[in-house]
Order: sequence, then structure tokens, then C-alpha cells
Amino acid sequence: MDSVRNGCAISVSRFTTSDKSRLLKPLVRKGGKLRPTTFARAVDRAARILNNAKYPLLYGWSQTSCEAISKGIELAELVGGLIDNTTTSCHGPTILGVQDAGEATCTLGEIRHSADLVVYWGCNPVHSHPRHTNRYTIFSKGRFRKTRKDRKLIVVDVRKTDTAKLADRFIQVEPNGDYELLTALRTAINGEEIEQDTIAGVPVETVEEIANMMMECEFGALFFGLGLTMSAGKHRNTEAALALVRDLNYVTKFVIVPMRGWFNVTGANEVSTWQTGYPYAVDLTQGYPRFNPGDTSAIDAIARGEVDAALVVASDPVSHFPREAVKHLLKIPIIAVEPKRTPTSEAAEVVIPSAILGVEAAGTIYRIDGVALEARRVIAPPVGVRPDVEILDTMIKRVKKLGVKH
Amino acid sequence: MPELLIRNGYVFDPLNGIEGERMDIAVKDGKIVESVGRKARVLDASGMTVMPGGVDIHSHIAGSKANCARMMRPEDHSKDPEPKTRHTRSGVGHTIPSVFTTGYRYARMGYTTVFEPATPPLKARHTHEELNDIPIIDKGCFPLFGNNWFVMEYVKQGRIKELAAYVAWMLEATKGYAIKIVNPGGIEAWRWGGNLRHLDDTVPNFDVTPREIVRALCQVNKILDLPHAVHIHPNGLSEPGNYQTTLDTMECARDFRREGRTTMHVTHAQFTGRKGWSWPDVRSGAPEIADYVNAHDHVSIDPGQLIFTNVTWMTADGPAMFALYKLAKTKWFNADVEAETGAGIVSATYKKSNYVNAMQWGIALELALLVKDPWKVYLTTDHPNGGPFTSYPRVISWLVSNQARQRLLDKINKTAKRRLNLPGIDREYSLYEIATITRAATAKSLGLVSKGHLGSGADADIAIYDIEPKKIDPVKEYKAVRKAFAHAAYTIKDGRTVVKKGEVVRSVQGRTFWTKPKVSDDIMKTMIADLEAKFDDYYTVRMANYPIEERYLTASQMITTNAGV
Repeated sequence: MDSVRNGCAISVSRFTTSDKSRLLKPLVRKGGKLRPTTFARAVDRAARILNNAKYPLLYGWSQTSCEAISKGIELAELVGGLIDNTTTSCHGPTILGVQDAGEATCTLGEIRHSADLVVYWGCNPVHSHPRHTNRYTIFSKGRFRKTRKDRKLIVVDVRKTDTAKLADRFIQVEPNGDYELLTALRTAINGEEIEQDTIAGVPVETVEEIANMMMECEFGALFFGLGLTMSAGKHRNTEAALALVRDLNYVTKFVIVPMRGWFNVTGANEVSTWQTGYPYAVDLTQGYPRFNPGDTSAIDAIARGEVDAALVVASDPVSHFPREAVKHLLKIPIIAVEPKRTPTSEAAEVVIPSAILGVEAAGTIYRIDGVALEARRVIAPPVGVRPDVEILDTMIKRVKKLGVKH
Repeated sequence: MPELLIRNGYVFDPLNGIEGERMDIAVKDGKIVESVGRKARVLDASGMTVMPGGVDIHSHIAGSKANCARMMRPEDHSKDPEPKTRHTRSGVGHTIPSVFTTGYRYARMGYTTVFEPATPPLKARHTHEELNDIPIIDKGCFPLFGNNWFVMEYVKQGRIKELAAYVAWMLEATKGYAIKIVNPGGIEAWRWGGNLRHLDDTVPNFDVTPREIVRALCQVNKILDLPHAVHIHPNGLSEPGNYQTTLDTMECARDFRREGRTTMHVTHAQFTGRKGWSWPDVRSGAPEIADYVNAHDHVSIDPGQLIFTNVTWMTADGPAMFALYKLAKTKWFNADVEAETGAGIVSATYKKSNYVNAMQWGIALELALLVKDPWKVYLTTDHPNGGPFTSYPRVISWLVSNQARQRLLDKINKTAKRRLNLPGIDREYSLYEIATITRAATAKSLGLVSKGHLGSGADADIAIYDIEPKKIDPVKEYKAVRKAFAHAAYTIKDGRTVVKKGEVVRSVQGRTFWTKPKVSDDIMKTMIADLEAKFDDYYTVRMANYPIEERYLTASQMITTNAGV
């Protein structure tokens, strides 16, 4: 594909690089090398690996459709495995925070229409979500807020990012000082005195000023990213942010929206939740869903050396996971269902090429605010390349036919 | 599909006036028929009670709100796992069960049709994804209209025909079944942290009142000839003194009478049936509401029975949920939806010792017992707000047995017991009346002609309970009644046995009902032009991406109506 109109940088690259480094044929490892094979043989080998495993991991899911994720959960239940999605390494702490403190949120349109104060905390949408400020926040045109002048922007980050350059107020917080600063803001908002002179590198006067800005707005919106979820404190940080926004609702209207990254990671949480009750890190080995992150989360289960086979769909854990986990991952058979060559597919025992969702395959996806959309098929996938949902369905049938061993 | 003959059961089929007669029910090709051949499979129902499959008119089982609640409450699931079996998928309970478990647990109670009552239109695709995944039962959903910008603008302009066309377009776009109103205008006020408590308050920035919204949508419902009434959750939910707003709401659209059908259904009336000025002063508004319902034919209610247990509150009524969160101080979720509606979720526990909780329990029972005509009051717990739907058998035991009620009355808050009218009410429901409020009347209210009865041509959705009406005295043996309704001896869905002895033995795919009113092309064109002019301004999705195509529903069941515009 040569050119794309109306796409953001990320969307454009999804289309224009769709034909780059593609996997075109199913591959199976033989004599230490990946060799081309038929689809049926690749699926058969995959089914046998999953059937023989005691604690298989089914991981990935955020770049594929809800329909495929649904099949993944069915397969995990069938083989008695652990199913986890990329939430485990990005916004897992956000979900744990919500499970402690709840969440006051809304769809992005509400923010476009109403927010007169926008806070970006530990995120840099100018690069990560390039259309965010134009479509939903400071530069958007809503019913009650029309222009940049109608909104104030506060950016909190450890460095002056490109998003921070757009801000009315930029607050530079010390690395790993987010929890402290959030708690200080809550203290100020709840009408209590702060005794320290500086909080995480921020003068107390600034903290009080920001607290006042938050309380005096008519409709505030706080967005946060991995700067909060993956710095020291993790789910305690997100819990503090969620509690801050909750407390603000006693004095004005305020909402919070996590800046989820991966294409359909929200969808992965949604499907997993409605089918198993839990959004990620779901252990189905006992025949019913169990959720105990730290125990049933992918990275921990791999790092403990317990996982003995892995089906990876639309993700690249060999690149993304911590070294200790990768070390074990490389020792066990991996089945990679993936459109492109990745370190994970290179290390796999079985590779099944798949169509790219939203380019070559249709399916349901969820926006970061939980609005479900239909991703359409724009062009045909390369010959012989199938959508994830079809691959997984065939795998389920093969597993059933072979008969689960345990 | 083999023919089936259900032999010799005591049949309760209120829509056909059959009250406990011993008779055979014949089934062929998923439908009830007059007779079947000699080779038909015979199911011996001797000594058992046979009813149409249960029809639930109001239960929050699917969609964005339910799923946010599931995500927020792992502690709700971990104590109630549902292991996979040869026929079923695994899942979790308890107050917000996962989708597979939801279908199985309804089927185990002999329920075969359930309606999800509050779907944010923009998120309807999510609702349908979950409804598709709920096994066995038939279902449908009610999209929310009471705070929708297009609705409020048409109401303000007095353009009722275009409003009718818009509602028709939205029902088709969202694959919705009926008009739902939650806290009309109040959720728009919640945009700025406010709320509307009375029928004549004004919606900020839109200059319309809840009264005008309710009236207009009731008129539209009549114009479109929709199968169900307008399903209303009035303003002022849970607040002391709100019974007056409920009465005002019922009265405000009385003139839009529909021949043989109701104009509006006021749901979970327990939550909006309170007298008094403050929490310690809450009194029962049930007698006034029941009197009104008894005196008028255009309205029906369901109580939203409270159960003393841990629950999850969830509603589109965002401001009411925040108000309740401030009392409960547990976990609060809020999810406003652009230009349309909101949602709130709070976890909570109802206690017998708590005065207000005890009053709520009593108000709900008073509503069920004081409304004389069982065709006007339906069994609900407003799942999971009053209690999980799995508590229905318990509620049935309270309705059939004064003794069961008195036993609990002795344990609740003393002041509540003294102030309730309940101790003096000795009415007891018969099994025939139970069959009415749990299937016949709900099916009738929903306008589902093939549901809720066992006459020839009906869907073969049948519940068989291990109760021998001639031998059992429900008043004394209410525990046996409860047990029987909790675990159907058989549940039959579309002619197939799905439950035996309270266990799921087969899983089938249920249908999703939705309504397509036919509106004249001219009016539709005018409305579409309005919509196109504003859609991009109001929404963050394009108009072309908004409607859900029919192929999205695994088993679509369209109902068409001919609109009067």
C-alpha cells in the first residue's frame, strides 16, 4: 500500500508497512530450523503441543479482534491453560487500582463537549495517541467548549515532553514521586494542610494552586499513562489517581481515562471479563476461572518456570518481557500466530501467519473508553494467510479431535 | 427434532386461563402443537407443575455497565466459581455472573427469556456481543432515550413526528427492543455534577423538563406501536419522598392510552416509592403507588425486590449512584456516554438491621401484595440492584407464604417493622398468580405473542417444577416451593430439554429480539438530514459506523411494527 488518507502516523504505518517482513507460510521447526509446511500440519502440531502441556500459556490478544479473543478463551478452557493479555505488562496496575477504588470515567466525546480542564499525567499523547488532543481534548470542538481558549491544560511528567510544551502548566515531578504528589493533591482537595515545603520536587504552593485549578473547573478530565502504571508504586499510583478524581467529584465534575496503548487491549479485557469474570491473568487449569495477578499473570508464571508451552497470538513477548521470563520462554515450545516476523516467531516451534486486523481482516475492537467499533477489511490478505479467528477455530477443532490428555 | 409429549402435569397457563389442570402438552419443531404422533418422546410430568418458560422483564445481565461491574469486583466472583462440565462452559457468579453462567442459572430456574433494561445506544454493540454469548435464553435490550440530545432537541422544538422517526432509526441502529427512560434529563444535569429530582425541573442548556421528555416518548411509543410500553425509571431514585415524583410520572402521560396495552412500565418501584423527608424518616409509599396502579390501566410496575445480601448497584442513573456511593463508601464506578446517557456502579450490602434497607425490603413486598391485579406487577429484583436474579425463588416463597414473611419480619429492624404496612397484609399468591407475574404478564407486557403461554403456536419454552399442587401447601411448605423454583425438574427451550433435575444437560443458542418500526420515507428523510447535520458534532464515531448490522446478532429475531407517521 502506497498512501493512506486521514490516518494518524500510527494508523498510516499500520497500512503502509502491512506488507513488510510478512510471514506467508506456516512453519514448523524440524531439525532445529523452521521449515514451511501446510496449514493443517501446523495446526496439528500446535494442537498436540497444547494437548500435551500441563500448564500452557495463551498470551497476546491485544492486536486481534474480540471474536478471536473469544476463541482464545475457549481454547484455554479446553486445554486447561492460563490466558493472559498484554494488560499484564501495561495497564494491569490500572485495573488493580480500579478494583480497589472504582473509576469515574466517560466516553471521549463527553470530554470533548465539556472539559474545561485537561490533565495529562505520565503520558505523552502527542506521540503515543497523535490525534488525542485534536479529537477529544484541547484542540477539539465540542458543544460547550469550542476552542483551545476554552480549556486549560496541565501536564505532569518527569521530563518536558512534546505534550508538556502545549501545557498551560507543566509540573515536573521527581521520578517515582507520583504517588506522593497525587496524595498531596488529595490532601489539599480534602481541605487539609500539607506540612512539607516540597512534594516530589514540586513546591507546596504549586500543589495547592493545581488543586485549586482542579476544584474550580466545571468539568475536569485526567488522562494517565505508563508513567503512572509502571513507575514505583504501580497500582498504588493508579489507585491514588482514581481516588483523587473520585474525591474531586464531591466539589465538581471530574473524570479519569487511562491512555491504553495496544490496538484492542481494551477489547481483550472486555471479552475476558464477560466470559470469565476477570479482565486478564485468568487461570483455567482447575476447570473454572481463577484470578490472582502475581500468581496467574503471564510474566510471573513464566519466570517461575511453570509454563511448559505457549501460544502467542498477535504479540511479541520475547521482545517485551523481562529477561528472566524470556530465558524460560525460549526453553519451551512456542506457537506463534502472527502476521509478521518477530523475535517470538523466530523462536517458535510452530508459526502460523495471520491476517492484520483492520487491514486484511474484519472484527470487533474497543476504543480506550469502551466504545465498541467494527474494524473493517480493506484489502485481501496474502494468499493462504487466514484471520486469527479462523486459525483458532481450526485449532479448537483439532484439539477436540485429538482429545485432551488430562 | 423429535416430537415431545409432556404428559399428565399440573399445567398453569394464565394467558389461556388454565389453572392447575392435569393435561398433556405436545411439542413439535420447537413449537407447542395440539397433538403429536405415537412416536413422540414422552416426558412424564405426573405430580409436577408445568408452566411456560419464565420471562424476565428487567435484569441487568449484559453490556458495558455489567462488565465494568464484573471488572471492578473480583471479590464478587472468587467465592462463586462455576466449573465447566461436559455440556457447559466455566464461569463465575455471584451478583454479576459471567455470561455463560448467566444463561445457565436462568435456565436452571426455568427461565427462558430475559431483557437487559438499560443499554447506552453508543455501546449497544458491546451489549449485543454479550447477549450473543449468553447461552440458552432468548433476550433483548432496551436502549436509553431519556437524556439523548437529539430527543431533547426534538422535544424542545415540538417535532414529534421526527422524534418518532429518530426513535425508529435508533431501535434499528442499536437492535433495541423498547424505549427506556432513566432519570429523564437528570443525567444530562449530571454532566455538571447536578441532578433533576422533580418532573418540572429544567434540563440545563436544553430548556426542557422531564415531564416533556416522558410525555413525548410515550406519545412516540404510541405512534410507533411498539410491542412494549415505555420502560421508565423516574427521577429522584432512592431519595426520601420520591414516591410523589413516581406518581407524577405515572399520571403525566395517562392520555396516551394504547388499546389493550399499557402506556408505561415503572420499573423497580421500590427504589422510587419512598415517603418522608430524610433517611431516618423514610416511610413506605407503596400504598399510594399501589392505589394508583389499581385505579389505572395504563401503567404497570415491578417492585425490584430487595434481598438481604451483598449486591451490586448499577444503573444509567449516574447522579443517583454517586449519591448512594457517598452513603455506602465502598467502590464507585461512573461511565457517562456522550450525548446520550450515563452509568453508575456501587458495591453494597443490605442488612436486616439497617432501617432503610429493612424499609426497602418491606416496600417492595407491599407493592407486590397491594397491587391487586397480578397482570400489573411483575417479579424482579432489578438484578443485581435489589439482589441477584438467583433470589427469585426466595421472593416467590415470600409471596406465597405470609408465614415466610412473618419469619423474616421478626428479624428486621424493629422501627422498620413498626412503620411498615407489611405485618398487616395477609395476601398470599397462588401458583397461578406466580405463573402470571413471572411469565404470562411479563410476556404480555413485552408484546411477545409466542412467549409466556402454552397454547398452540407458542414457542416450546417450558418449565417443569417438582411441585404437586394438590399435595403441597405453599403457605407452610414455602421452603419446598423455593427449592423447586430454584432447580427446575426440566427446562425445555424451543422443544429441547436443556435442564434436567436442576442441571444443564444441553446448551443452545437463544434469539435476540429487536423492533423495527416502519416510518414513512418523507419523515425519515427529514430526520436523517437533521441527524447528518449534527452527528459529527455530537459524536466521536461517524454516523456510518454507528448502526449495528443485523448479521452482528447470532440469532436475530426482528419484530416489525407499522408506525402512524
